[in-house]
Amino acid sequence: MARRYDSRTTIFSPEGRLYQVEYAMEAISHAGTVIGVLSKDGIVLAAERQATSNLLEQSVDNEKIYEMNENVVAGVAGHAADANILINQSRIVAQRYLLKYDSPIPVEQLVRNLCDLKQGYTQHGGLRPFGVAFLCAGWDSALGFQLYQSDPAGNYSSWKATCIGENNNNAQSILKQEYKDDDKEESGPNVKSVGSQMTMDDALKLTCQVLSKTIDTAKLSSEKLEFATLTLKSGKPCIHVYTSSEIDEVLKTYESVIKPADNQ
Amino acid sequence: MDAQFAISGRDFVISVTDKGVARSIVKMKHNEDKTWQLSSHTLMSVSGEAGDTANFSEYIQGNVRLYSMRNSQDLSPSELANFIRGELAAALRSRSPSQVNLLVAGYDKGKDEAALYWIDYLSAMAKVPFAAHGYCGYFLYSVMDREYTPEITLEEAKALIKKCFEVLKTRFIVDFANYTIKVVDRNGTHEIRQDEL
Repeated sequence: MARRYDSRTTIFSPEGRLYQVEYAMEAISHAGTVIGVLSKDGIVLAAERQATSNLLEQSVDNEKIYEMNENVVAGVAGHAADANILINQSRIVAQRYLLKYDSPIPVEQLVRNLCDLKQGYTQHGGLRPFGVAFLCAGWDSALGFQLYQSDPAGNYSSWKATCIGENNNNAQSILKQEYKDDDKEESGPNVKSVGSQMTMDDALKLTCQVLSKTIDTAKLSSEKLEFATLTLKSGKPCIHVYTSSEIDEVLKTYESVIKPADNQ
Repeated sequence: MDAQFAISGRDFVISVTDKGVARSIVKMKHNEDKTWQLSSHTLMSVSGEAGDTANFSEYIQGNVRLYSMRNSQDLSPSELANFIRGELAAALRSRSPSQVNLLVAGYDKGKDEAALYWIDYLSAMAKVPFAAHGYCGYFLYSVMDREYTPEITLEEAKALIKKCFEVLKTRFIVDFANYTIKVVDRNGTHEIRQDEL
């Protein structure tokens, strides 16, 4: 049944599904894991780089974590080439906003724009959808720190801690268990502080803990990982992408929570 | 021949415009409000070519409201002023430039401070403590220069505006009968009558 409908992104199957979009999501669930954790004073992003060979020249650039704007950093799971297009587009959109309003783009507007582009490919054209999911960590003056997840269909949602890519179900349940949430009600359109009791240290620790349980490797190392944080320095957002020695340092600091992954 | 000026304190801006509309030697109207409400805490006073003022202001007002609706948040005064300046600059180099002089007054709720921007028809922009456009600038800048302090209170600013009216009455050849006086502060915008100054 699927065969007749799955070559078109834009056509529903009789069961009301868009196969190409579902396949794209499937592709992402095999991609390297990306984890984002929100804390009260910053956001941690961590990404797994899959299948590195020791013959491969370690490129200077990051493969999975990109700065989108001065206030937004994104982790990518899925097709790297597709991601490049979207990253590029987002950077242009962010700069255009800066030119127009002389202030950094609010995070949700950037994410929405990115998702509009992705959504377009599920409706127009008969091409394939972007095989990419994003975790966007950002800060703006109206809403403070925010973490968004997006999928190839063009949906996006806001999270305190979340994960995309391989083993994301596993990671999600650990995050749910271990994340220290505030009991207080936090809602309403203009909440400045996130209802979180997590500190940046807690967030880094939780990230390492989840990584160790989701990544299928004997020992976590900087070769297979990328880390970035978004914090505030004297009122301005500050993105820090870790160097490999800094990643090793983090892994060493939180050695106690990192256990060899069970064979899955 | 419009009167258009404004004074900004730490947490308020008072905007003043005359209410007259004239064409050639004829007074067409004496109750025109030349200010445009852009959001709850920002307003813009406009002078210049008769048709351009309404056309450009409506365009700006529409777009600013569209932004608020789409993003469920308002533009800050600085974002707003930059946006307006950009649109005016784009229009300037098009086939249909708008000849409008603007004063953008707003209260920035995030930063907890008032802001006043001066923008002329060539889209030059400056953030200023006090401002005037056109002929009345020749008379009023000297008065405001002498009296203004950054710590000026709302009452002092009202008194200063009264002085400005006196100067215009004494020295300026045009006689402005009525003024629109509006205050922007933490609570939004409200109009005050001339006899309340």
